[in-house]
Amino acid sequence: MSVPSIVAENLTKNYGSFTALSKLNLKIEGSKCVGFLGPNGAGKTTTLKIFTDMIRASEGRALINGIDVHLNKKKALASVGALIESPEIYPALTPREALSMVAEIRGLPRAEAKRKIEETVAEVKMSEWLDKKVGKFSKGMKQRINVASALLCDPEVIMLDEPTTGLDPRGQAEVRDIVKDLKKKNRLVFMSSHLLNEVQEICDEVAMIDHGKLIVYDSLSNVTTRFSNDGSNTVEIELSRDIDDQSVSRNIGSLAGVTSVEMLDSRKVRIHLSGGIQNQERLLEDLATMKIGMISFRPSSSALEDTYLRLIKDTL
Amino acid sequence: MTQPTSPTFSDLKRRVLPSSVSQIGTITKYELVNYFRSRRFFVLLIIGVIISALLTTLVAYYRPSSFLSSTLSFYSSWWAGAITFVIILSGIFYGGDAISGEFQNKTGYFLVANPLRRSSIYIGKWLGALIASIIMLGVFAAIAIGNGIYYFGPNIPYQLWVSLLFSLLYLIAVLGFTFFFSSLFKSTSMSILVTAILFLFAFSLIQSLVEGLVKIEPWFLITYGAQIISNVLVDPYPTTATQGFGPNAFTTYAATIPEGIAILLAYFVVTAVLGLLLFERKEFT
Repeated sequence: MSVPSIVAENLTKNYGSFTALSKLNLKIEGSKCVGFLGPNGAGKTTTLKIFTDMIRASEGRALINGIDVHLNKKKALASVGALIESPEIYPALTPREALSMVAEIRGLPRAEAKRKIEETVAEVKMSEWLDKKVGKFSKGMKQRINVASALLCDPEVIMLDEPTTGLDPRGQAEVRDIVKDLKKKNRLVFMSSHLLNEVQEICDEVAMIDHGKLIVYDSLSNVTTRFSNDGSNTVEIELSRDIDDQSVSRNIGSLAGVTSVEMLDSRKVRIHLSGGIQNQERLLEDLATMKIGMISFRPSSSALEDTYLRLIKDTL
Repeated sequence: MTQPTSPTFSDLKRRVLPSSVSQIGTITKYELVNYFRSRRFFVLLIIGVIISALLTTLVAYYRPSSFLSSTLSFYSSWWAGAITFVIILSGIFYGGDAISGEFQNKTGYFLVANPLRRSSIYIGKWLGALIASIIMLGVFAAIAIGNGIYYFGPNIPYQLWVSLLFSLLYLIAVLGFTFFFSSLFKSTSMSILVTAILFLFAFSLIQSLVEGLVKIEPWFLITYGAQIISNVLVDPYPTTATQGFGPNAFTTYAATIPEGIAILLAYFVVTAVLGLLLFERKEFT
């Protein structure tokens, strides 16, 4: 079985004297979701545009499954679904027609295309709009069709540039669910986002870029652990029943590795602990044995935010 | 939530992309659907029908001798008098923003990130514009021929068919030219405006100046080449002629058929290649 891959080799993009991307080297392989983070103007969209041949690299190469995108775009993008920025669809077309066009371009047999269009549009909750003109749609509705277009032909590599832009909270949650499903289907998802909690929730790995340079690329837990002040970690737990302040400080605060505890509300607790993944594992076991009604245990969304703020010093 | 069936990677590898020719056909098809659904096709059609209706009414009411003296002069006045304007309008309507619109309106972002060559998009859109324009020309020609049959019977002079072919060649060259300007600019209004100014005013003005003041044959102008559309409907075929003597001499230039064809073909080839190269290199920033 082949392994989907995205490789950037010394990828550089200059706009006159401004360097948007500087010798980016990145190798992503396998089935996973990689979050691409960075401030405005850091080079995230530039990278994704080079990978879809919407712009040309000044230097270096962008390879998808080993094929240079610029030299052989058609072959390189054959197994790629991409959503870059927020594309507009011809306003006179319906989603069915716009997606049929994509299906025909990608060589989907007619019967399969019809079925896939209906399935994918149902997945983005737009079935009742399938035969209405796109020109009447809101920004969020168009974005849902764009997401459907990227997923239409079951691509093995999916590139998403801030896919939840323009979507309401429900739409954002639905796109996150779609991306989580893609992970289950062994796809490689490379997704830029400004929403750290979104990345925290769905991504396995994270690449951070600033001023066109890659700062870090590693698993989410390694990144948050490596770049915390003292190698400490933060997790948040959610409970099914209320817990009081005293129990929190007395029972949870005394567990091995725990350095401090904060109550976020009567059913949510943030726990700071020293050490890495092993300590997290032990803490989870300890909390489970306490039978305090724990229904979720996850790295704190602020852990990634703290790391981000530590690594990204300013915005352009 | 519906759970789409998920093919394996080997399934995906087996799926073969269509050829570039097939992808061009797809782009053409949906470009036409877009034209027919949008107002622009019908606006242009209505303009063509209004021009034809005006001509029908005026000729029927005033019975001008310039129209009704012979079959050839009828078609020369009707067809050749208006068809270049109709072609230019088609060029502006369909070609003016064909490529620049993909950048300004961001519709290109939907298409370009797919596995197809940019040349397929360019050629597909060009063919879509050509087919839509041919429909327009067909309607205009049908009304002209209908009127011709009414006044002169079913004997249609062969020169009209030749003129129709030259009109098609002019349309091809005009669309090549408008697509080139559309590739040059990222703003739709700029590309439409420049194309309209060039075809509606600039070329005629340059031709008059070159013929009148510089006194050379304006072989480098597309509108000069397009004269073969009307010239072929004149018997005998007009030739370059000088009137007057000395400094007051005035030469009227007439492109021969080979010259006209060469000019129109050259315009199409050069602008099509340049337009395609521009689009290939243009970045979706």
